[in-house]
Amino acid sequence: MRAFETLDGLVAPMDLPNVDTDAIIPKQYLKSIKRTGFGPNAFDNWRYLDEGGPEIDDSSRRLNPDFVLNQPRYQGAEVLLARENFGCGSSREHAVWALDQFGFRVVIAPSFADIFFNNAFKSGLLPVILPEAVVNQLFEEVAASEGYRLTVDLDNECVSTPSGERFAFETDPTRREKLRKGLDEIGMTLQHAEAIRAYEAKRAVEAPWLFSA
Amino acid sequence: MAGRTLYDKVWDSHVVREEDGTALLYIDRHLVHEVTSPQAFEGLKLADRPVWRKQSILAVVDHNVPTTDRNNGISDPTARLQVETLDDNAAEQDLTYFGIGDVRQGIVHVIGPEQGATLPGMTVVCGDSHTSTHGAFGALAFGIGTSEVEHVLATQCLPQQKSKSMLVSVDGEVVAGVTAKDIVLHIIGVIGTAGGTGYTIEFGGSAIRALSMEGRMTVCNMSIEAGARAGMVAVDDTTIEYVQGRPFSPRGDIAERAVAAWRELRSDDDAVFDQEVRIDAASIQPQVSWGTSPEMVAPVDGVVPDPSAEADETRAAGMRKALEYMDLKPGTAIQDIPVDRVFIGSCTNSRIEDLRAAASVIKGRKVANSVTQAMVVPGSGLVRKQAEEEGLDAVFIAAGFEWRLPGCSMCLAMNPDKLLDGERCASTSNRNFEGRQGAGGRTHLVSPAMAAAAAIAGHFVDARQF
Repeated sequence: MRAFETLDGLVAPMDLPNVDTDAIIPKQYLKSIKRTGFGPNAFDNWRYLDEGGPEIDDSSRRLNPDFVLNQPRYQGAEVLLARENFGCGSSREHAVWALDQFGFRVVIAPSFADIFFNNAFKSGLLPVILPEAVVNQLFEEVAASEGYRLTVDLDNECVSTPSGERFAFETDPTRREKLRKGLDEIGMTLQHAEAIRAYEAKRAVEAPWLFSA
Repeated sequence: MAGRTLYDKVWDSHVVREEDGTALLYIDRHLVHEVTSPQAFEGLKLADRPVWRKQSILAVVDHNVPTTDRNNGISDPTARLQVETLDDNAAEQDLTYFGIGDVRQGIVHVIGPEQGATLPGMTVVCGDSHTSTHGAFGALAFGIGTSEVEHVLATQCLPQQKSKSMLVSVDGEVVAGVTAKDIVLHIIGVIGTAGGTGYTIEFGGSAIRALSMEGRMTVCNMSIEAGARAGMVAVDDTTIEYVQGRPFSPRGDIAERAVAAWRELRSDDDAVFDQEVRIDAASIQPQVSWGTSPEMVAPVDGVVPDPSAEADETRAAGMRKALEYMDLKPGTAIQDIPVDRVFIGSCTNSRIEDLRAAASVIKGRKVANSVTQAMVVPGSGLVRKQAEEEGLDAVFIAAGFEWRLPGCSMCLAMNPDKLLDGERCASTSNRNFEGRQGAGGRTHLVSPAMAAAAAIAGHFVDARQF
């Protein structure tokens, strides 16, 4: 996994609550057996005017000029500013892969759906929760100034605005460490293989029906 | 010391170790399907790691499979490759696998319980958000992403942080004709699609205890639509009767010990929840969703709400966008909304009881001429077989319904079953998101009886009139 340290990135706003993972990456792209290639289809139904699919060349499709991420001022954005309950619905990690491969490194929102929030850390996409009032202010600032950037500092857990205002956020220490170092989570769990085997031996006596089938 | 909740009990018995507030949680049952597993198996191979405990895995194809004739295989090459990839991975890892030709094949959240692979007190995961379904058995069951699928394959564990606990108590009795689907849609309407975020919900109260296992599965299935990764129901006689005698269920002496242990799987009387929501069962009416989020529901005798009456501007904007997508105007009576297509199926409502409820409305009637397609997609090959033994297929076919083969089908439209742009569907599935059932398609979530009634009337109507 890619490590995350500090990011100074262009911000794009997505001013809608409950953005679901079906919207982030529609189902026709879930047929892939790969982890890559989802970027061109992030927000596919909103981003293009004509319907797409795994067999369709996206470069020949018409972009929807009204969709926020198609506007020239937001090209190259690395920070997505969003509303409440971002990433709700389906557990598809493809949604995180799509955002990551589109170019986002951070999503800022007042709240995230639980599964999306978990998935994000696995691919090095940082979900940042800020209070609703702060998010409202950031939406106003993005709208007001073209080229608006934010600095997201994971080590110090804060987001800084161009005017120098700083907003603290919290991350779980274990997750922060993994994200900072880009650690292999499975390898970390396997360091406890003995404890897992001991647990299994104990449970096989306590609750043998869990081990019979 | 305060008593423990059901969630506490299942959680506590699965903690392998704990550090800095993160527990390593042991997983008893891992359900696997074709969409979210290929990258996980590939990751395992690349790292040269074995599957930790293959006996914990039950694999099945469901999302991509055609529900019409399967004799010629899958015509969509990308879907076919994904199904073949699971065929290969299951063979290579020697997994219990219900492939496309197996009569036990079906939707992963239908076959797990049907086989007795889901047992009370288990931890159950699957790379699918509707894994919450299995909480109906007093199991802790939640959806995971593909990286976590790989993690469980490799270690049988997941690093997890404990959620907060919420009790949703549905007290009293529901009015006759109000179903589990109406109960859960009503709950989501009350607490909102993010109301359960960060929580594990326990559904309790007399109206929940009165539900069959099928009904409890419907309720727990949609916990995720209220934002909760997991929903649970305490174990009682209904649970134990359902579980016993199934292919994966314990037998003999071990079964007796298991039953004794399962009877402890309920929250202690003095358990404290972080939040409690009480709902009067008698106040629940048959529900119909009108928008593009499962919290956007109205009773069947209600109207489409007006965004201008919503004080919160972000919410009002969400409502306006939903109404535009759904092509509905505020104030329209729910019963005046016509439907083009009807879908009875999905992990929410495709079990035998659901098909019986729909058939009882349909029996002796015909699908309205204005409805271009009505279909029933049983949740599994065994549900389909049982329904045929009961003659339900004949009822559906005589009415003009299509009687399909099992799979996820038009719940998410990964296979050829999908809505066309602008089509409006009465659907027993779980999500009414934009484009969920096909790009531009408009989904209204309802119970099986309500979907059946809409098929007959050509518009939404109170199923209790039939």
